[in-house]
Amino acid sequence: MKVVFRIPKPHQVEVQGRRRVSDLAKELGFNLESHLVIRGDDLLTRDAMVEDTDTIEVRPAISGG
Amino acid sequence: MRCVKCQGTASVDLPSRNAAYCAPHYLDHFEYEVGHNIRSLKMFTPDERVLVAVSGGKDSLALWETLIRLGYKTTGFHIHLGIGEYSDLSREKTEAYARAHGVELIVVEVEAAVGATIPEVSKALRRVPCSGCGLTKRYLMNRTAREQGFSVLATGHNLDDEAATLMGGVLHWQMDSLGRQAPALESTHARLGRKVKPLYTLSEKETASYAVLRHIDYVVDECPHSVGALSLLYKDVLNRIEAESHGTKLRFFQGYLKNLRPALASAGQKVELRECATCGEATTAEVCAYCRMVQQVYRWKQRRVAPAPTPAPTTPAPASPSA
Repeated sequence: MKVVFRIPKPHQVEVQGRRRVSDLAKELGFNLESHLVIRGDDLLTRDAMVEDTDTIEVRPAISGG
Repeated sequence: MRCVKCQGTASVDLPSRNAAYCAPHYLDHFEYEVGHNIRSLKMFTPDERVLVAVSGGKDSLALWETLIRLGYKTTGFHIHLGIGEYSDLSREKTEAYARAHGVELIVVEVEAAVGATIPEVSKALRRVPCSGCGLTKRYLMNRTAREQGFSVLATGHNLDDEAATLMGGVLHWQMDSLGRQAPALESTHARLGRKVKPLYTLSEKETASYAVLRHIDYVVDECPHSVGALSLLYKDVLNRIEAESHGTKLRFFQGYLKNLRPALASAGQKVELRECATCGEATTAEVCAYCRMVQQVYRWKQRRVAPAPTPAPTTPAPASPSA
């Protein structure tokens, strides 16, 4: 699957294999308390399964200065 | 995970509330929570005109959307900070939202008000941009609210903002700011309006989820000057704790409101406010911090324009140009 990050620099990571969102977060090192996981128009909960064919956006929810 | 309301597939899980919601029920939950905060702290009534500070980010646009849906009388207020493409995009998104919803929006440019953009203010003051930015925003929001006849100003500060500010206040024992931090601040001077934060119990992830599910087109990119900001570090630390101990942020801030703030408020000395000798706004000093900043920026600009031998002006710069 493709995992797209927009911040701090737009980049994309390829991950192989079906897994839970919570496992993906652990593997890629982002905190689910401060990031949204988006597939198309849908938000995914931590127990949702993501598939090899998916494109997932990981969007930070945190802003401010 | 299943929605606690309808057992459909959940879109948003909220471990801190021991709940998960499908998209429609999450939107209901969010709007109910905002309405509850407004009513329980008597922030404003449906008859009052509310000025909503809108940056173009998720929090302020989510707040504006919710207030419109709840039937409150709102006008948006956007400050163009002059931070390059970031500010242009922020203004664009805010104006697009106002047009699409047929709601009134007031826009003020910092460059017109202060005489310089925020990056220039930072150079003039030799301080981080957030310093002059915060001061300018607070001043312009308050002045505009009063001049335009709004009794209340609403901002999109969320639970993460409040918990991070509280953490900073505690770590550095900033007793003055600790005593003042609150989701609803009554007017303390004829020239100061009421300030409210209806999102104060909702986390940043909750406001972002609402914005995405409502298809609000907000600025996702961060302010380029926020890199390395302490508030972001505090938020990161709090969210690491939250991941291991759900509900910590809410308990931390609500515990402060219940246990510490009343004690600080009753123990603290009453601040004497007077009118600024230059602009007339409420301040504790003879000349307010904003006017002092504008004068400093004016002198900095004069030095840049004039060759070295030219003496500095002996009279202060016009301190409060119209927005």
